[in-house]
Amino acid sequence: MAAPEPEAPTTAPSRAKDHSPWNWLLFIPIVVPLIPAFFNGDSPRIFGFPRYYWLQLAWILLGVATTTLVYQMTKKRGER
Amino acid sequence: MWRDHLTEIIVFSLLFLLVSAMGFVAARWRAPKDMAHLDEWGLGGRSFGGWITWFLVGGDLYTAYTFVAVPALMFGAGAAGFFAVPYTIVIYPLVFLVLVRLWSVSHRHGFVTPADFVRNRFDSPVLALLIAITGIVATMPYIALQLVGIEAVLKTMGVTGDNALARHLPIIIAFAILAAYTYQSGLRAPALIAFVKDTLIYIVILVAIIYLPYKLGGWGDIFAAADAKFDASPNPNDGILLNANNQLQYVTLAFGSALALFLYPHSITGVLASRNRDVIKRNMSALPAYSLLLGLIALLGYMAIAAGVKPLPGATEGSVDNNTVVPLLFDQQFPDWFAGVAYAAIGIGALVPAAIMSIAAANLFTRNIYKEYLKRDASPAQEANVSKITSLVVKVGAVACIVFLDPQFSIDLQLIGGVIILQTLPAVALGLYTRWFHRTGLIVGWAVGMGLGMWMLYQVASPTRKHFGGSAFPLSEFGFDTTKTIYVGIVAVLVNLAVAALVTLAVRAAKVAEGVDGTTPDDYFADEGDPRVTPGTERDADSAREPVA
Repeated sequence: MAAPEPEAPTTAPSRAKDHSPWNWLLFIPIVVPLIPAFFNGDSPRIFGFPRYYWLQLAWILLGVATTTLVYQMTKKRGER
Repeated sequence: MWRDHLTEIIVFSLLFLLVSAMGFVAARWRAPKDMAHLDEWGLGGRSFGGWITWFLVGGDLYTAYTFVAVPALMFGAGAAGFFAVPYTIVIYPLVFLVLVRLWSVSHRHGFVTPADFVRNRFDSPVLALLIAITGIVATMPYIALQLVGIEAVLKTMGVTGDNALARHLPIIIAFAILAAYTYQSGLRAPALIAFVKDTLIYIVILVAIIYLPYKLGGWGDIFAAADAKFDASPNPNDGILLNANNQLQYVTLAFGSALALFLYPHSITGVLASRNRDVIKRNMSALPAYSLLLGLIALLGYMAIAAGVKPLPGATEGSVDNNTVVPLLFDQQFPDWFAGVAYAAIGIGALVPAAIMSIAAANLFTRNIYKEYLKRDASPAQEANVSKITSLVVKVGAVACIVFLDPQFSIDLQLIGGVIILQTLPAVALGLYTRWFHRTGLIVGWAVGMGLGMWMLYQVASPTRKHFGGSAFPLSEFGFDTTKTIYVGIVAVLVNLAVAALVTLAVRAAKVAEGVDGTTPDDYFADEGDPRVTPGTERDADSAREPVA
């Protein structure tokens, strides 16, 4: 078939490459919440919460902080 | 009796009617030029910005069933039920890394489903069909489970009947309304309703976690009550902390569930509907707000223990339905009108994911079965139409599951669903990074992973059942001298990967044709504003392209 190659998009400069060393940081919130040795205990308690509960809830902040940092560091400058 | 719950029923019904009206109006919200296109009906025009995506994906991933079942699990088993928290932390960095690439390649090629991507990437309609069927089979029981969430609420309000039909009538009506506005408005309906649903849920939970501990004597007392209950129970694996036996199960279940969740067609639908890569990435920082909510909701299970809630009887004689503990807790502790709001939050919470799931399943059928095998030259309008009709069929199927089968069957199926959707990981998630795997290897790996996963689930016994008793597989079955357990899905997907790699090496040595990769490396970085490749010309071009050796 004589359909033209749909390769036109590649002629536009491919500006956004995803490879950034910052991305490696994302493995922290993937690995840390999966290590029970950190959180599987009762003390210290905070507001009556055993460590098991407050520390696992605190990992949410770790996840938010990491994704926010990586996003800020890898977003394309000068756009939007 | 339902008369005792009249206020709750009225508040529930009013809110339910409100969102139903919104569902119909949604067709005109951000109105498209032409609704008769799958991009419009099935992906909301691929145009959703940050806020809509946050509500939509949040409403999609954190389903009514989650809100009912996670505290029920905490109520019954304790610490093990808290896996939902690490599970929903781990998923976001994964999406940040992986699904952004899927968004880009789908944006450029007009893919609507993960199977579309696999077909193009590995040049294999068979593999795409397997991915599509896996997705549909995994999604169906998930939709049915949303009904279990609504049923738990209705049961607590005393809305029950003498026979199966009368008992299920409210759900049938609710789903008929849902089906009608999903048919009309497509993905715009759940996107709009999600605003109401999530607002209600946030209000209810904020009130619950401040007001209930105050009434129940503080968090210290709540944890003490839970501890006392688990100490007294004969089950060795419950407790407010993990023990040596279930830690491996806990982390593998959290990790495996995270991998499974973002492979589910409905999550991918939510992600593909967003406007650009930035919207997705920013949302990965904002969506964990729901994880915090889920963690607090999980603790409602302990509050129910502290409040002395006794779950209502289950479907079979002598069993109890732990899913009723949260509705009962609300009924017992809140004033009637606020309990009604809380019930509406759960009920509406079931509608949003059910709508998105049925749209995702319908898109899979349309794109990867109808267009691939039944009508290759289907126009976009025909595709949209087939999807709309399929979404109705899917919902009828889900209601039938609940009406005619034991709800336990849907719960079992959903357990299986998580394991089988994981088997699409090598083709979909790893496929976004590498084309090293051979299509034959992926097919064989999928088959072996499915077989092994099913066998392992069949082997798992629980105190009440001999088979399909859960997803915690005792390692002693493999001949290890240990009492530890592990999540079935992780084992199955690792074996799947190993088999896929071995078969890839073998068929490559035998020089079996690999097909043509329809994507280019920079497809995976394309962003908003990038010119799109129209699907029609693309398929022609594929066949014209020289096969790579």
